[in-house]
Amino acid sequence: MDKLFETFKLAIITLRANKLRSLLTMLGIIIGVTSVILLVSIGSGLKGYITGQLQGLGSNSLFVMPGNLEIKPGGGGAGGTPGAGMTASKFTLNHIRELSQGATTLQAVMGYSENNGTVSYGGESETLQVAGVSYEYPQVRNQYPTQGTFFNASQQEASKKVIVLGATIAEKLFGNEDPTGKKVTLSDNKFTVLGVLEKKGAFGSVDMDNQVFIPFTTALTTFDMDKVQSIWIQAKDSTQITQAKEETEKILLRTLKEDDFSVLDTGSILSVISQVLGVLTLALAGIAAISLIVGGIGIMNIMLVSVTERTREIGLRKAVGATPKIILTQFLIESIVLSVSGGVIGIIFGVGGSLAMKRFIPTGISLWSVLLAFSVSVIIGVVFGVLPAGRAAKLNPIQALRYE
Amino acid sequence: MREQPSSSAPKQSKMPILKLQNVGKAYQIDSQKLEVLRGINLEVKKGEFIAIMGPSGSGKSTLMNIIGCLDTPTSGKVIFENRDVSQLSERDLAQIRNQKVGFVFQTFNLIPRTTALANVELPLIYKGLPAAERTALAKKVLEQFGLGPRVYHFPNQLSGGEQQRVAIARALVTQPVIILADEPTGNLDSKTGEEIIKIFQDLNRAGNTIILVTHNKNIASHAKKIIKLYDGQII
Repeated sequence: MDKLFETFKLAIITLRANKLRSLLTMLGIIIGVTSVILLVSIGSGLKGYITGQLQGLGSNSLFVMPGNLEIKPGGGGAGGTPGAGMTASKFTLNHIRELSQGATTLQAVMGYSENNGTVSYGGESETLQVAGVSYEYPQVRNQYPTQGTFFNASQQEASKKVIVLGATIAEKLFGNEDPTGKKVTLSDNKFTVLGVLEKKGAFGSVDMDNQVFIPFTTALTTFDMDKVQSIWIQAKDSTQITQAKEETEKILLRTLKEDDFSVLDTGSILSVISQVLGVLTLALAGIAAISLIVGGIGIMNIMLVSVTERTREIGLRKAVGATPKIILTQFLIESIVLSVSGGVIGIIFGVGGSLAMKRFIPTGISLWSVLLAFSVSVIIGVVFGVLPAGRAAKLNPIQALRYE
Repeated sequence: MREQPSSSAPKQSKMPILKLQNVGKAYQIDSQKLEVLRGINLEVKKGEFIAIMGPSGSGKSTLMNIIGCLDTPTSGKVIFENRDVSQLSERDLAQIRNQKVGFVFQTFNLIPRTTALANVELPLIYKGLPAAERTALAKKVLEQFGLGPRVYHFPNQLSGGEQQRVAIARALVTQPVIILADEPTGNLDSKTGEEIIKIFQDLNRAGNTIILVTHNKNIASHAKKIIKLYDGQII
């Protein structure tokens, strides 16, 4: 034990004697470990965030999207033709009416559209996302107005030019002023502000409160569209989501072809997204892991140089009583100290980096990636240290002592 | 062929520390067999001071390496303190080198970037001595050679004579039964060389067994016994 401690001390002394060289040798491991931890934490953070967002929509949500997206839960991931999402919508107000009146398992059927528009009031103006939604939106999203009201069914029916502001844009345009009842301009039309929605927070760097809401019926005329972009459905009961999905499909098939639409539930979206993110994270981490191997080869290279440089020293150590095992241990510990120091520095950088990035994008440091990075660096130290250390241990002391 | 002292051995009651019986060392280079040592018989008793002399290529260093258990003969027997060296494992040989033999080299062979003290402590580390005991012992031996103020100096901060004294301290610190010095004055000027030889004489007077390899007659003349080697044989 005492001997092991001595060898350990010796390794530290030797590595400190060549500070720059040791640091450069560790660099490969540092970069590898840092990037593995960073990528895994971004991946798992993103996955956690999206899962949370989708679950926030409720497990009883269904989305009717144009085109055949063919998303199969747990299956081969997103199939479909490339650009399937770009398929022109064929949903009309009639479809929404048929669904909300004809179905027994559905609670709310909402038209949904997203467009970019410029909202202005007084001298201020802002280009942002204009969401065309239904009057049920506050209940479904559990996000209610803090000032004024949301629009109601009859205002929606009549395609009234009414608007509800997100908290951020309301603050920007009106400051401390109460916006309720004021007129704002959106795409050359005057809209009456009905209210301001409560804050919902940011999706990463995207501020979800920097958008405005108008009836989807009004959105059709304002943005000159003849079709509804998508339909957002709430089923009555989350346990009957499959029945709700089947009923929705049945009703839509009366007037549409199978390839015209896809009905997605949060569960299937979730499983596809987590699958895609999982594969992506693994692939990126795998690429990062290549730099670990390169780093390991760097360590082996420098250890071989070190063994050659210290041939005489090895010879002398053997002459004064070091067994091959002691020499092997000495060089093995040296390469492990190199790779583990690199690993620890990499862990510090990786964890620090993902904490710093948390301000911009969701990250989640996972303990397993830290432990994995640490053990991989130990393994690299051993694997790439064995050859040089073995070479040192096998040196013939007489020849080693004569080595010039 | 047989060296003189062994015939007078019965008069001396002391047991030999080391006995070489018909030792030979040969290397196979391609198809040629190169005999470096042939039929060497030698006995070393406690308290002896032997100089091994011979021109370069005569096999002096190989003989010394075999005596010091750094090398093993290809024929014959080496008996070190009643143990047949050829029967010993690599580990046992390392232990003999560590505890029974002290090496002093022509090129000093101190470990660079390591203090004089740490260099002298080295064999004690391999012996497994605790740190405090080790340091005390190494300091004592260094002081004995007048290196007290130099214990924390690095080899490149020491003169040649000082470096060789550190090396001798390292050889002596384990209290070996035999000290082997391979051309210890070869890299030193004659004055410093004389000083180093005087140290060996003093050590021998204090009861240490010393074997010195040299091709220098003056140096060899300080030994009590001279063995001449020529073409791998004792003459």
